[in-house]
Amino acid sequence: MTLSEWSYTAMVTAAVLYLLAFALCSLEWASARGLAPVRPGDGSEDVARTRVDFFGRLGLFVTTIGAALHLSAVVLRGLAANRAPWGNMYEFVTAALAFGALLYLVLAFRFGMRWLGLGANLVFTIGLGVAVTAFYVDVAPLVPALHSVWFVIHIVAACIAGAAFNIGALTSVLYLIRDGAERRAVERGTEVAGYLAKVPSAKRLDLISYRLHAFAVPLWTFTIVAGAIWAQYAWGRFWNWDPKETWSLITWIIYVAYLHARATAGWRGRPVAIIAIVGVIAFWFNFIGVNLLFSGLHSYSGI
Amino acid sequence: MKGNPVAQFIRWAWGQLTSMRTALALLFLLALAAIPGSMIPQNSVSPISVIDFKNEHPTLDKVLEPLGMYHVYTSAGFSAVYLLLFASLIGCILPRVAKYFRALRQPPPKLPARIERLPESATGTVAGAVEPALDGAEAFLKAKRYRIRRTAEGISAERGYLREAGNLVFHTSLVVVLLGLAWSNLFGFHGTAVVVEGRGFSNVITQYDDFTSGTLVDTDELEQFSIDVNSFTAEFEMGEVQRGAARRFDAQVTVTDSAGERDALITVNKPVTTAGGSQVNLLGHGYAPSFTVRDGNGDVAFSGPVVFLPQDGNFASVGVIKVPDARPQRLAFEAFFYPTAVLDEQGPHSVFPDALNPEVYLNAWVGDPQEESGVPESVYSLNTTGLRQVEGDEGEPLRAALAVGGGMTLPDGLGSITFDGWQRWVKLQVSQTPGNLLTLISIAVGVAGLSVSLTVRPRRLFVRITDQMATVGGLDRTDAASGLEDEVAGLLAATTGDRPGPDGPGGNEESTRDAV
Repeated sequence: MTLSEWSYTAMVTAAVLYLLAFALCSLEWASARGLAPVRPGDGSEDVARTRVDFFGRLGLFVTTIGAALHLSAVVLRGLAANRAPWGNMYEFVTAALAFGALLYLVLAFRFGMRWLGLGANLVFTIGLGVAVTAFYVDVAPLVPALHSVWFVIHIVAACIAGAAFNIGALTSVLYLIRDGAERRAVERGTEVAGYLAKVPSAKRLDLISYRLHAFAVPLWTFTIVAGAIWAQYAWGRFWNWDPKETWSLITWIIYVAYLHARATAGWRGRPVAIIAIVGVIAFWFNFIGVNLLFSGLHSYSGI
Repeated sequence: MKGNPVAQFIRWAWGQLTSMRTALALLFLLALAAIPGSMIPQNSVSPISVIDFKNEHPTLDKVLEPLGMYHVYTSAGFSAVYLLLFASLIGCILPRVAKYFRALRQPPPKLPARIERLPESATGTVAGAVEPALDGAEAFLKAKRYRIRRTAEGISAERGYLREAGNLVFHTSLVVVLLGLAWSNLFGFHGTAVVVEGRGFSNVITQYDDFTSGTLVDTDELEQFSIDVNSFTAEFEMGEVQRGAARRFDAQVTVTDSAGERDALITVNKPVTTAGGSQVNLLGHGYAPSFTVRDGNGDVAFSGPVVFLPQDGNFASVGVIKVPDARPQRLAFEAFFYPTAVLDEQGPHSVFPDALNPEVYLNAWVGDPQEESGVPESVYSLNTTGLRQVEGDEGEPLRAALAVGGGMTLPDGLGSITFDGWQRWVKLQVSQTPGNLLTLISIAVGVAGLSVSLTVRPRRLFVRITDQMATVGGLDRTDAASGLEDEVAGLLAATTGDRPGPDGPGGNEESTRDAV
């Protein structure tokens, strides 16, 4: 097999492993149903709790193997093409998701944020699945417009910011779920139970989401600026209102609104989480939708 | 201010405009207002797409045209939103700048009456005298870079002043970015010119095919320079994958400007900058087939390359050869150029962008000589008024397919045309954006300020000693801070001279759990 075939095989395997990890995370959540908010002292739930933990650990293990394959696939693709592996839609989506997988693993191992696994693996599965089935093109050299050092700077910045936006949005989704559960618990005079009891408090989720976004927004600003500098070299004009540019600006404005909303009374909490989710939708629309729906300067060969 | 309703209204309106809610609403409005421009073709981006769109959607056009949807980003509505946003921004930061500088000159706030009411607090007994205990606290705070206000009974400390500084720098730099853009818009220009290989371009307004400039640009005083396009090389993918995709565009040029004459290479990401700061980019290319036309008198009435416009990715191109000087009758030809020509049931077309099998398909028009009217007309389209199509033996329009070197003789001694060969042309864009450096620097400063404002976390800590009892408390001035509990415990330990006890620093249960 050639390098690019090895790469493709590894990518498909990674997608399958993410799916498996997603299933294990689903089992983790499902098997925690009905568990008490805190471990009962009499040990009556110890067997069930061990099972929940087992599924969670196994899920993280499978994600780690999947991410290792995913990363190798991206590197092999770069070696096969003898250039940075993000020259078309397939490469771009898989490379960006590799950054997302790395970020998830760092958060899970270093900060104990394994509870992101369900959402993260779902995103990786769908993303890689669509990439290997719908976007795949064979290895080819770059079009001249992409021969630039900014091709690396602009896109790596976009990928890292994108990874943080995605994990941030997942945290915001969990915030909405946990916040709802907390409210219901207060109404009933009980405490949050089941897997949600293992997820951090709504306040903490909100904080984590903010930190991810606070990391990503300056980086996203840099991405846009790097793109503008590149555009000045490539097209003699740093801003062309190309659909991709417009949507990256729209995404930026939404995230800036996110930061402002946090500082505004009456917007804290749920509205902020919803803005973060709208932001990631705009990000994905910009990432994929704009290429498929509109023609513009960012149209790549082979989608 | 009281009593005057106009002044009151202005104050009220200003207060509304500069509120965070208004800023948020305007931000969302700006995002929404930008969307249509990404979906509907824009005149500033591609006028041809606008015309195509209008022809395809005549009904929609009746709605979009009056709404200014073909120039969204220069429309009054869009401008109003961002100008209001910037007014709101300036109104918001100006008072904050003043407030910030006042705060910088002042020491941290006085000790609150009841420290234990702060979000995080702890108490401990002080064994020795008050002064050494406060010294311990001060050393702890100084090591953590707090600003300190010490009195006999305790210490107030504050840190994280840089957050607001970063915030103000970010917002101020956004205003400067706008100024830089405005500067570029007023004093900048960009224009394009099509130059055939072997020919040149001089930077005078008449040589441009299209030209857009700021209102303060004197188009008679453009920088004096010229560019000769010595050769242009285009390479395309010959392999199976992405066959026909562009691989290399190199234009070898000679630039002559106030710094002298020099050879340079222009490629897609490598523009040339002239001595006077004009940037020359390579934006496009195409084919210019050459023809020689002899008229009915046998004289050469036209000879040379004609710029053809590409119509598709394989560079099937159309062009017009106008020979107004042909006598006794003037001639004109409508032609298609196919760089890699294939003739099948679809008719002639091109299957590859490089000139592997170049052919020209053309038909001819003839008419009486016409005086030059001076009215400009497109060199890419033929106005057939006063012309009739040259016909073949059976009355059908005369057509010919010519390979390089091939020719066609018109009937009735009208003349002849030969297809001599082909060259390439390049589309050069000349631009000046004088505000770029200012824009770039202010964005860089702004991103730095934004990062600072998002990472610095202001915090206040207080310690008071009364009756051998130290009360320590603190509060975060952002909702995204963590570690307050630890820092309060550390300060208490530094004050009492102990390590924190096994029971922890006290504080209520709720805040302990929620602190990060």
